[in-house]
Amino acid sequence: MANPASLVKYVLYLGDNNLILSQRLGEWCGHGPVLEQDIAMTNIALDLLGQSRMYCQYAAELSGSNKTEDDIAFLRKEQEYNNLLLVEQPNGDWGQTLVRQFLFDSWHYYLLHALVDSKDQNLSDIAQKSIKEVTYHLKYSSEWMIRLGDGTDESHKRMQNALNELWRFSEEPLIMADYEKDLVESGIAVDISTIRESVQKKRQDIIREATLSIPEDEFMQTGGKEGKHTEHMGYILTEMQYMQRVYPGQEW
Amino acid sequence: MTDTSPGTDKIKAILSSVSDPEIPVLSVFDLGIIRDIKMDENDHITVVITPTYSGCPAMNMIEVNIRAALQEAGFDNVNVETILNPPWTTDWMTEEGKRKLKDYGIAPPQGSVDKSELFGEDKVVPCPHCDSNSTEMISQFGSTACKSMYKCLDCLEPFDYFKCH
Ligand SMILES: [Zn+2]
Repeated sequence: MANPASLVKYVLYLGDNNLILSQRLGEWCGHGPVLEQDIAMTNIALDLLGQSRMYCQYAAELSGSNKTEDDIAFLRKEQEYNNLLLVEQPNGDWGQTLVRQFLFDSWHYYLLHALVDSKDQNLSDIAQKSIKEVTYHLKYSSEWMIRLGDGTDESHKRMQNALNELWRFSEEPLIMADYEKDLVESGIAVDISTIRESVQKKRQDIIREATLSIPEDEFMQTGGKEGKHTEHMGYILTEMQYMQRVYPGQEW
Repeated sequence: MTDTSPGTDKIKAILSSVSDPEIPVLSVFDLGIIRDIKMDENDHITVVITPTYSGCPAMNMIEVNIRAALQEAGFDNVNVETILNPPWTTDWMTEEGKRKLKDYGIAPPQGSVDKSELFGEDKVVPCPHCDSNSTEMISQFGSTACKSMYKCLDCLEPFDYFKCH
């Protein structure tokens, strides 16, 4: 039997990725390069936030106290968030936002396809609900990778810079945390070794088509999944949690 | 839906007045989001709904409106349950719903859902204003999660497409 604490950590890991990336994408609202892409960013942010709610509701249920999804989302401390380091990285320019999105989507898409078969019915349901939305995300970020990578000299240069900057965060989703390993045995968590090749192939194919190159011998950063975050995380939480900290329990 | 007893027929009639706040011409039945209606001997009603998109902000309002409509008709004991599985698909939208969408100026979903197609050809989406098949996508994301933006190359009008999902 898996340790019940592992399940809570895993559910938070999945929910926090979506929550923090959604918060980042929301920063584009009103600042997109053109209206259609501004709308695309907030659409993807909304999908991710909706998915995150389902995980947070489940985590609240698992916690066994009278916590709500909002307590989970807004009232934890930095070390209690299990999201990937990738999703907390700053938006940078449009290219950097899209490279971050592609590195995330190219893992998220295959993870959800495998999570459908989880022995945990709630996780399987959430995965089935999310897949169609995430398929759009991957299609969108892949097209932008190619359009800008194989675009002008300037767009190519910026995309390569973004890839150089973010590649060190690309491996973390493919390295299992202890709570994932614990849950793999009971068929709850996705065994990453079953999707690793698909993720890597998708990344290589799109990056090649975008005429970009993968940085070599990069030291891979990890820690987010265990609550050890980069310096950006505190700033995100300060903004995201402000209302609930200043006006506890406030509602719309 | 499972229950077709006379009691729930009345409930269905009441709920058909509840619409999608973002596309008011569509009722909750046209959208296909009502999955079940149950009523016990004490007039306790359970309405089971499923969200269209995970982040659809209209879902909370739809839940409130369902309660309000039933309360107005004298049913005070109402429970609205949300389920995720099976996930909603535009295949559940009624033919009448699709007709109403087109009359409203939104191109209805074309054909049925192609589950795994990642880089497939874009579908032909006829213009809801002049029926021309000569249209092109401007952006796969639109003003709400369920729509893409298109324009007609014949009448030159921009329009929303309720995408297959
Ligand atoms: Zn037209």
